[in-house]
Amino acid sequence: MERRTIFGHRLLPLALVAPQFLLTLIFFLWPACQAVWSSLTRQDPFGLHSQFAGFDNFVELFTDPLYVDSIGRTAFFMAAVSLLSMSLALFLAVFADREIRGRTTYRILLIWPYAIAPAMAAVLWILVLQPRIGIIGVWLNRNGVAWDYHLNGGQAMLMIVLACAWKQVSYNFIFFLAGLQSVPRSVLEAARMDGARGWHRFRTITFPLLAPTTFFLLVVNLVYAAFDTFGTIQALTQGGPGKATETLVVKVYRDGVVNLDIGSSSAQSVILMLGVIGLTALQFRFLGRRPPG
Amino acid sequence: MNARRDPVAHAILLLGVILFVAPLWLVLVASTQDSATIARGDLSLLPGDGGFTAYARVLKGPVPRMLLISLGMALAIAIGKIVISVLSAFAIAFFKFPGRRVAFWLIFITLMLPVEVRIIPTYSVMSDLGLINTFTGLWLPLIASATATLLFRQVFIAIPDELVEAARMDGAGPLRFLWDIVLPVSGANIAALFVILFIYGWNQYLWPLLVATNPKLDTIVIGIVKMIAVETETDWSAVMATAVLALLPPVVVVVLMQRWFVAGLTEGEK
Repeated sequence: MERRTIFGHRLLPLALVAPQFLLTLIFFLWPACQAVWSSLTRQDPFGLHSQFAGFDNFVELFTDPLYVDSIGRTAFFMAAVSLLSMSLALFLAVFADREIRGRTTYRILLIWPYAIAPAMAAVLWILVLQPRIGIIGVWLNRNGVAWDYHLNGGQAMLMIVLACAWKQVSYNFIFFLAGLQSVPRSVLEAARMDGARGWHRFRTITFPLLAPTTFFLLVVNLVYAAFDTFGTIQALTQGGPGKATETLVVKVYRDGVVNLDIGSSSAQSVILMLGVIGLTALQFRFLGRRPPG
Repeated sequence: MNARRDPVAHAILLLGVILFVAPLWLVLVASTQDSATIARGDLSLLPGDGGFTAYARVLKGPVPRMLLISLGMALAIAIGKIVISVLSAFAIAFFKFPGRRVAFWLIFITLMLPVEVRIIPTYSVMSDLGLINTFTGLWLPLIASATATLLFRQVFIAIPDELVEAARMDGAGPLRFLWDIVLPVSGANIAALFVILFIYGWNQYLWPLLVATNPKLDTIVIGIVKMIAVETETDWSAVMATAVLALLPPVVVVVLMQRWFVAGLTEGEK
């Protein structure tokens, strides 16, 4: 869509985009280019010399079983968080969409968790499931279930999936509810007259109409699970025990910031960047929302 | 439909509410209980007799400063992002200038480069600029925003040509037009975006962890994670009182501005 009446100035618009442009250049593009460059070089341990190394860093990563494991673990984690969080949100949204008393109150009570920081979700879950102080955690241990996510890798994964999915439900709920509200009542009414019952009506009419919302949320949730959950994981398990909850972002942080392995962590950054680009492209392609030029 | 009488819906929504409110309740009651009792695993579901003593205790420590840092960071990010996005969206929507397409694409690219994927190189840029361990470093690099710019561009494009024409006839220059017409017209969008960005800023974790190692610059979220990292002899009631203080501002903002924020979120898609 092009506007007909447009101001004629030449310098003013450049001045207006300049702040955004400079910030993007300095804090986004420049570091991204550096990441690409250092992913192709090898540094000596003291960081004094670097040498062009081609794709060595990448080859090393993909032949490193620890990295390959981390990819699998992250994929599982992303899928589990997205599936759990989206299905619970959709389930709640379907009932919150009904004409019932107090629905505004229900909605506020289901929406507020949007305000919780990922790292704060960890604090809330500690009181529920921490093995020595959490209500359910203590109860499990007193009743003969050896529950301790500091020691048991599977339990640690379960813990971060629960906390991360829980935190994202309200976001998904907001979008599913908006999606449900835009389903034309007349269509549902017509289906009801034709004798379609609740579940059947949902499966054949509502759910297909929600497809764009669902797809949009799927991409957002995958990105959330991959990147924004760092705070939750760091606060609950720090990637442990061992590497049981070390997702790709936790690994970049450990390798780059803690272990100062610049080449490898840059190569990991580049791989993650390609991942985000892929997901964003997917979103724009299938939602038909292209960046207009 | 049998309006208002839908026990199944009520039951399910109540369970949902419990799932989301119960952990918050636990934090509230834990903040009033004795730390030693909590550490023994005897957390009670009812408020303890500590009252607000834990709050008094944490407010004497570094917590007020952490809250202030978080508030400053959240406000700077929200306002900064809105200002620079409005300016660049205004330029893109109302002017034809050389490099308009390039500018648009450059801004768009930032969408694909979250902090998490460029940890190390961004750190080195920050240290070259002397921004490590400065308050400016906490917010300045985070205010470039593709989503906000795209959103404002959409809003601005919907402003009818007649308005632009009328403003021009009245002899208003572009900046006057921005101030007198464009900004008032987009008030609701700005409010919605403010809520979303305030929460985004308040909830940052990885970025402050990277660029501010000085404890004097700890945000409240960083502070909490540091407090729970030591699991022996943790002063749990103090942790929970701090958690309540950390949760309060963003929750209040979301609840009070719920209507605007939900509309803004679903219209702008993030």
